Amino acid sequence: MAILNKTSRKAIADPLMRNNPIGIQVLGICSALAVTVRVDQAVIMTAAVVFVLTMSNSIVSLIRSFIPNRTRIIIQLSIIAGLVTFIDMVLQAYMYDMSKQLTVFVALIITNCIVMGRAEAFAMQNSPGKSFLDGLGNGIGYGGILIMVSFFRELLGSGTLYGYQIIPLWLYDKGYENLGLMVLSPGAFIVLGLIVWLQLQFTKQEEK
Amino acid sequence: MASATIYKAGGEVMGFEHYLSLLTKSIFIENIVLAYFLGMCSFLAISKQVETSIGLGKAVTFVLTLTAPANWLIHHYLLDDGALSWLGYSDIDLSYLNNIVFIAVIAAMVQLVEMFLDRFSPTLHHSLGIYLPLIAVNCAILGGSLFLVEREYTFLESLVFGFGSGFGFFLAIVSIAAIRFRLRYSNVPTHLRGVGMAMLLTGLISMAFMAFSGIDL
Repeated sequence: MAILNKTSRKAIADPLMRNNPIGIQVLGICSALAVTVRVDQAVIMTAAVVFVLTMSNSIVSLIRSFIPNRTRIIIQLSIIAGLVTFIDMVLQAYMYDMSKQLTVFVALIITNCIVMGRAEAFAMQNSPGKSFLDGLGNGIGYGGILIMVSFFRELLGSGTLYGYQIIPLWLYDKGYENLGLMVLSPGAFIVLGLIVWLQLQFTKQEEK
Repeated sequence: MASATIYKAGGEVMGFEHYLSLLTKSIFIENIVLAYFLGMCSFLAISKQVETSIGLGKAVTFVLTLTAPANWLIHHYLLDDGALSWLGYSDIDLSYLNNIVFIAVIAAMVQLVEMFLDRFSPTLHHSLGIYLPLIAVNCAILGGSLFLVEREYTFLESLVFGFGSGFGFFLAIVSIAAIRFRLRYSNVPTHLRGVGMAMLLTGLISMAFMAFSGIDL
């Protein structure tokens, strides 16, 4: 990545691991977990979040010098809400079944704390290019965790991945059972808790 | 669907039990944090101390009880397909504005609560810190409004649902805060401390709340 200088590289690489939005900053878990029952849902959700995050970061950063300090929250929110409505409509038009399955959780990207948090903490102080990269990094860091959680939940909970049967059927004849807990909400909490643990172990960050 | 009333399709008035059942459902069985994962950010961040978590729980309950019916009125009399028929514009569908308008209503409500707390309970205002304005982007609040549109609740139902969800959030956050408080004296692996442990605990509490799912009033 020769085109990117050191700070830009930091903007995109940091959130992937060392400062991961879910694992370390603990933001944006809200709408994240509900769509992790199946991998395909998580992938679509990731794409939507990456789009909203990069666009909102760029737009907020472009107009940051015109935003009055007192009304900045409302302005950021309306930009984000507009983008989310857009992606919601695109999903309804081209992937109707998927948008039915995701129900209100696409709309809930608006209140995903990452989007708001990055707009407030990064895009308000940095140039559009850097904010774009920061959005991309955070979106992918977020989506990575989402897909990881959904991988375990779908594999253990329904024995499939992306809709394809992974656990061989003869295993079921031998008495193998799907782990019903994984499909229910407690499964998501527990898988995510373990992932956060591993991540902290890996990055060796001390929790306060 | 501007003409939605508290009547069932058959015209019979829904009984008290219906609302009681909805209340139990929204508090326990379909708890907004534990079953739908909404409001997790502030849930994890604030639940370190029992006192602040009670404060946040109250604030969320209050705001949800107000915003759910408010957004119901706005959706049914301004934004829904044909909702403007009382003004004579029956073919206008503004429901694509739902997200933006809901969030604006919520932000205004949060501002009100913040001013109120600042005036009457400065200590609580101080202890909630940054998380009070963040209620505006608390998924539980917007989620409540979006759910009531999706599930086609009536006005009274949305009021009950708003309060029930808020109270469910209150119960969940206070119980987690109490457990986390006790955990300070336990020997948890270093890297599991904090978020990781809180997630595992939430999973266990969520299982406990799911035990209610057989109940149907």
